[in-house]
Amino acid sequence: MLGTKTMESAGLRLDLSETQRESRQRFRGFVREHIVPFAAQWDRDQKVPFEIVEQLRAQGYLGAPHPRHPRGPMDPVTYGLLTEEIARGCSSVRSLLTVHDMVALGIWRWGNRELKEEFGDATARAELLCALALSEPETGSDAAAVTTEALIDGDEYVLTGRKKWITFGQIADLFLVLARCQGQPAAFVIPATAPGFSRAPMTGIVGTRASLLAELKFEQCRIPKRYLVGRVGFGFSHVVSSVLDLGRYSVAWGSVGIAQACLDACQEYTAERKQFGVKIREHQLVQRRLTEMIVNTRAARLLCYRAGYLREIEEPGAAAETMLAKYFASRVAVEAANDAVQLHGANGLTEEYNVARYLRDAKVMEVIEGSTEIQQITIPRLGFSEL
Amino acid sequence: MEEKKMKIRGFLARFFRNHELRDDDDIFALGFVNSLLALQLVNFLQKEFAITIEDEDLDFENFRTLNNMGALLERKAANVAALA
Repeated sequence: MLGTKTMESAGLRLDLSETQRESRQRFRGFVREHIVPFAAQWDRDQKVPFEIVEQLRAQGYLGAPHPRHPRGPMDPVTYGLLTEEIARGCSSVRSLLTVHDMVALGIWRWGNRELKEEFGDATARAELLCALALSEPETGSDAAAVTTEALIDGDEYVLTGRKKWITFGQIADLFLVLARCQGQPAAFVIPATAPGFSRAPMTGIVGTRASLLAELKFEQCRIPKRYLVGRVGFGFSHVVSSVLDLGRYSVAWGSVGIAQACLDACQEYTAERKQFGVKIREHQLVQRRLTEMIVNTRAARLLCYRAGYLREIEEPGAAAETMLAKYFASRVAVEAANDAVQLHGANGLTEEYNVARYLRDAKVMEVIEGSTEIQQITIPRLGFSEL
Repeated sequence: MEEKKMKIRGFLARFFRNHELRDDDDIFALGFVNSLLALQLVNFLQKEFAITIEDEDLDFENFRTLNNMGALLERKAANVAALA
């Protein structure tokens, strides 16, 4: 049996600290009180209310991993636990954490000194909400091929183009926008107040319906030169890539949260629902689905723990392990949600039960932050260290 | 410098299978570098050599060859020493 020290040197740590366990209980209590009772209605309304943003901010949950966060940056594993718990309640709220945090950290990581001074504290405290403006009407997985264009005009950049599917784009204050400048990818911070910026809500989305998606327009949108993040040519390979790395970490944990929510719902339902004179959990085919759900959810969570631990020790391979976790966990979430609907029978197809929402939300996880297919062609090329 | 290059070569060997990387090989031209590797390379350089790659270091020339990465590390070490 491996000793703890040996396991940690191999990038494995399989237990949580007491503080992390206490944090998880606190997160769970918050979600139970402030999110679970309302999530279905938010889904029907296709929007989360601003009050939940304020509550998340008051708890210090938005911007938590930011180095300038008033309570100090939350460690990656604790952040994962927070993400899982929030996703157990509502994937739309989870997506707010994902987009705000990944962009706030991306600006902090690659922004110049002036940008950090201007936006660092406000984004860490989530006084300014952030969103990522990457996808375009004709550009999804091939993100480096964006057509939004940035031209240099004296001391300003002038952007022209459109962005689509922008999570929390309806209310974000700051956008990290990928554009082309001098023929190369470049990332910019665009405040929602910038001249030439406009947005329109998007509705009718299948999953994470309450996440306030928007379509953005940049019409001769002018920003100062200091709003360039990183350097021209590095907008995708370094800036957006590091942003999406945190996004994948968040989505991986969020997927575990959905899978766990499915499991919880099924444990409860199969213990109450009777068919053929017995509770349906007595049927072996039901037990088989529950078993798959239990094992896969735990396996996905373990991959997330490993990615989290590697992020904590700043191991270079953490990004690759994060991708594995996201790939596996998102597929597990879909499978668990699909089984959850099946186990609920006709009830699972109604709004009376949450499992249909879980299925719609889970499917989103396989598409965002690198689709399953993109990861299937990326993962074999990654160099993994031995476990 | 040689030791630093050797460490970087060892890291990249995980990705550059069946290719013995030389000091002046253009790693971008070899076709192995995608955005995730670029990110991991930055993370490796930071952790292994206790430096921070800043936005002003983002120049493809700095990362193009083992020699160039070694030179970047030397420059950053010299800057740190000058500030000390």
